[in-house]
Amino acid sequence: MLRFARTALALLALTLAGPAHAAIQDENADFTEKLEIGISTDEIAITSDFRGADLTIFGAVDGFDQGLLVQGRYNIVVSLEGPKDNATVRKKERVFGIWVNTSSMTFELVPESYSLSSTRDIETIAPPGEMGNMGIGVDHMRLVPLGFVGDGSNLGEFRNAFRRIRETSGVYERDPGGVQFISSSLFKASVRLPANVPNGVHVVRAYLFRDGVFVAAKALPLRVVKTGLEQFITQAAHQQPLLYGLMAVLLAVITGWGASLIFRKE
Amino acid sequence: MTIYLPIAELSVNILIILGMGAAVGFLSGMFGVGGGFLITPLLIFYNIPPVVAVATGANQVVASSISGAITHFRRGTIDIKLGTVLLCGGLAGATLGVWLFSLLRRIGQLDLVISLLYVVLLSTVGGLMLWESIVAMRKAAKNQATTLRRPGQHNWVHGLPLKMRFKKSKIYLSVIPVAGLGFCIGILTSVMGVGGGFIMVPAMIYLLRIPTNVVVGTSLFQIIFVSAYTVIVQASTNYTVDIVLAFVLMIAGVIGAQYGVRVGQKLRGEQLRALLALLVLAVGIRLAIELVIPPKDIYSVVSAGFGF
Repeated sequence: MLRFARTALALLALTLAGPAHAAIQDENADFTEKLEIGISTDEIAITSDFRGADLTIFGAVDGFDQGLLVQGRYNIVVSLEGPKDNATVRKKERVFGIWVNTSSMTFELVPESYSLSSTRDIETIAPPGEMGNMGIGVDHMRLVPLGFVGDGSNLGEFRNAFRRIRETSGVYERDPGGVQFISSSLFKASVRLPANVPNGVHVVRAYLFRDGVFVAAKALPLRVVKTGLEQFITQAAHQQPLLYGLMAVLLAVITGWGASLIFRKE
Repeated sequence: MTIYLPIAELSVNILIILGMGAAVGFLSGMFGVGGGFLITPLLIFYNIPPVVAVATGANQVVASSISGAITHFRRGTIDIKLGTVLLCGGLAGATLGVWLFSLLRRIGQLDLVISLLYVVLLSTVGGLMLWESIVAMRKAAKNQATTLRRPGQHNWVHGLPLKMRFKKSKIYLSVIPVAGLGFCIGILTSVMGVGGGFIMVPAMIYLLRIPTNVVVGTSLFQIIFVSAYTVIVQASTNYTVDIVLAFVLMIAGVIGAQYGVRVGQKLRGEQLRALLALLVLAVGIRLAIELVIPPKDIYSVVSAGFGF
């Protein structure tokens, strides 16, 4: 019963995190190995000196085959996926000598941040088809265009541009080697939250592979929240925008006036 | 030393922001301009989302123009009546500008329009000012009297109806060009995050032939209200005013401005105008180059939450 509840919870988490993952079972019935993970905190606070954070995830593999483990046939992939939002890719072209945004494509509900950590390069863990089915890794992330895209001939270039830009800006990261076995069945994974990490519910996912075949997955939520003054300001800006604007002006009036009073005597 | 900006949603180095504010404040004190036309592009170069840079820049302009306007008020160099007429046009222009801002943001052409406006305005105004100040410096070298205002000369502006008497400025002028100028500057304030002093001042001098001694004070007077109005409207429609960023900029800006004023007083008027012209031209050219050279990446990504 407990196991059933856990399965249901994990599935719920996966489903909530996005339709793309709804099809993935958290366990492959052909195997006996079980995967468990835990994180030290389920909430990360953004304070005024926030410069990004490293998150360590611990996990254990139960019911493993000692022989296979020694040969390094077990591989683990851990991802930290940020909240999802639509993202628009725009392309510039030269028009009358200047560079202008001429075409665009919007992708539906893509994660705002994505950090991937694995025991080795994920392309060598399982065949691309399998990774593609599960949507693991930036290269296999599902990018579904929103609205009319014509004949779809430019879909590829927009998808590649999206992946490249998100990776170079540091919000999509990968660390092949970020997952290490610290004992025969215990492993440790580190994922990075960038400084410009989006607020909201992030999802930590761990996947276990045996000989290139998916065995089990687990997901845990991680909340990233603004705290104290930062949260107060954001709330004020969105819930009392008029008052917030007046306060901003008042602050400017006081500063400007104050300065002219202080420097008057000199 | 980093500081997290809650609205821009990123961490920045507070020293860089302070430095920017102080440098722009210094220049604005020296030249008697709000400095919005410098601060907004600087913030954009520093990766602040342009929507936040524009709205927050307007907030910083409020602080620097208040501190400048108070000085002018004490000296009695503000024409409140003229400023009020400018302001009526300005508020209408700012309302249209915020609407335009949202529209351009939606269709993805805001960055282009902002850059184009900057390039066209900065290079035109900078070029004209440079030309004028070189002519003035030449005359000064030959010991000829220089007058910016030639009372005998009237242009088409002075033939318009609805005339009004502005006692402080000692002019009798139609309200149409005054309110019209305010209106145009108002649009720029909300689209570009600038006070518009760098356009307002030359336009008042050369186009409306208003005496130079009241021009700067009067333009600052109306800029306070138009940019304050812009901040409030931007805050309530686009939620893009970052109060933390604005406050850091303001503090550094008003202090920098005090030192700028002192340096400015040591320079001659035409030298000051030539330097300002060079500065304006430099920013304009920098932005123009950006539009023309092939971008590092012809693609850009924006998420629904932010940007344009």
